[in-house]
Amino acid sequence: MKEQVLIQAEKKKESSGDVLVVKHLYKSFGSNKVLNDFNLTLVNGENLVVLGKSGSGKSVLIKCIIGLLMPDSGVIELFGRNITDLDHEELDKVRAKVGFLFQSNALYDSMTVRQNLEFPLRRHWMHVTQQEVDNLVQEALEDVGLAHTINMMPAELSGGMRKRIALARTLILKPEIILYDEPTTGLDPVTGKEIIELIMTIQKKYRSSSLIISHDMTCVRLAADRIVVLINGRCYAEGAYDELKRSVDPGIKQFFE
Amino acid sequence: MQETGDVSVFAIRFFKEAFKPRYEISEFIRQCFVIGYKSLPLIGLTGFIMGLVLTMQLRPSLIEYGVESQLPAMVGIAIVREIGPVITALIFAGKIGSSIGAELGSMKVTEQIDAMEVSGTNPFKYLVVTRVLAATLMLPVLVMLGDAISLFGSYLGVNIRGVTSFHLFYTQVFDNLAFGDVLPAFIKSFFFGFAVGIIGCYKGYYSAKGTEGVGQSANSAVVVSSIVIFVIDLVVVQITDLLNLN
Repeated sequence: MKEQVLIQAEKKKESSGDVLVVKHLYKSFGSNKVLNDFNLTLVNGENLVVLGKSGSGKSVLIKCIIGLLMPDSGVIELFGRNITDLDHEELDKVRAKVGFLFQSNALYDSMTVRQNLEFPLRRHWMHVTQQEVDNLVQEALEDVGLAHTINMMPAELSGGMRKRIALARTLILKPEIILYDEPTTGLDPVTGKEIIELIMTIQKKYRSSSLIISHDMTCVRLAADRIVVLINGRCYAEGAYDELKRSVDPGIKQFFE
Repeated sequence: MQETGDVSVFAIRFFKEAFKPRYEISEFIRQCFVIGYKSLPLIGLTGFIMGLVLTMQLRPSLIEYGVESQLPAMVGIAIVREIGPVITALIFAGKIGSSIGAELGSMKVTEQIDAMEVSGTNPFKYLVVTRVLAATLMLPVLVMLGDAISLFGSYLGVNIRGVTSFHLFYTQVFDNLAFGDVLPAFIKSFFFGFAVGIIGCYKGYYSAKGTEGVGQSANSAVVVSSIVIFVIDLVVVQITDLLNLN
């Protein structure tokens, strides 16, 4: 009985904790300081949007978080583990719990939709059976409403369909955090809105936390529980959409005009 | 000089990664199929034409010197020792070097390499090691097949203006070929394959400047590989000369 209470307390602690913490993050390219003492916290189950202009370092931030870029200094804690201290094997274990939707979708051109979805499964879950793989692929494709494209090549798909397939590939490992790098860039407003609605539906179904990088205000308005405004490499402001919209600060106001 | 250093570092990384597990066996086999098997028609066709043309071009000169009967031997030595490996390697550089450069370059600019890394895959191992190994192992095979097809083309060339039996032609070719003709040519084709693979992968893997960069990667992969093939050939000829293998 006591053990059950302890387990429940541990689960409660996990479910209410911070899944991602970024502290004092610095990243430069030559003399260009892209991130300059940047701080951020993502709470379990939250949809956090990082809002910033093009070239403000949003994509650099998200690539540092997933370990594709190494920061100059600072701490990035994913599930309590500082990823800058991890070796490649340990980093892969952490990455298995994090989904990443690339701005360009990054679907493998030489593979079918099925192979694209199978690829991360085979890599992270090596002992999964073919039947399980087939079921997971089918489920992920049904989640994004594109089950019929399973044997198609990425080149045969439209921009919106590619984004959905990329999202399905991100979902297939049932990630606890999903990082979205400009999810609506390059899409028409209608398709962009559909993608945001899909992201929200998926977030509810998988109860994942989301970090969304965007400068698309429709995306920000529909998706954000909380917004962090990134200006000059720093967290310039933080708050809910309506709070920030009311701000008279010119740095924040420019995004809402 | 800077780039030579960078390619060397890239090659050292290849050797480090190649012997560490996890081994990408299925991707390596797929690359052997793409790089080796799918190059065979082109290598075969060019080899056939090369043997035929070389024979037709040599014949008048040999007739002039009264040694027409030595035509199969001369063509055989020329093809096996030098022309076969070098021409095959140059065609291989044009086809495979450019394709590797463009493929990896395009994967780089469309973030597919990053996606691979996020998916728990070492992209260097999956993309570079498999391609370089496949190119290194497949080119010698293609050179041997290209030589064989080239000699068949030469046999047909000899018979355009004369009658030489199949048996006589090949007896003359192989009687005049020594171990020292075949071995250096075979060994240098491994180096040619490695050079094409590593340069193509390096150019593609570090491709920049978007789609323009992809074109540049493909182009420079072919140009640099072709130059390196000649440099390796020069070095191998000097070494075989020093070792008295000829």
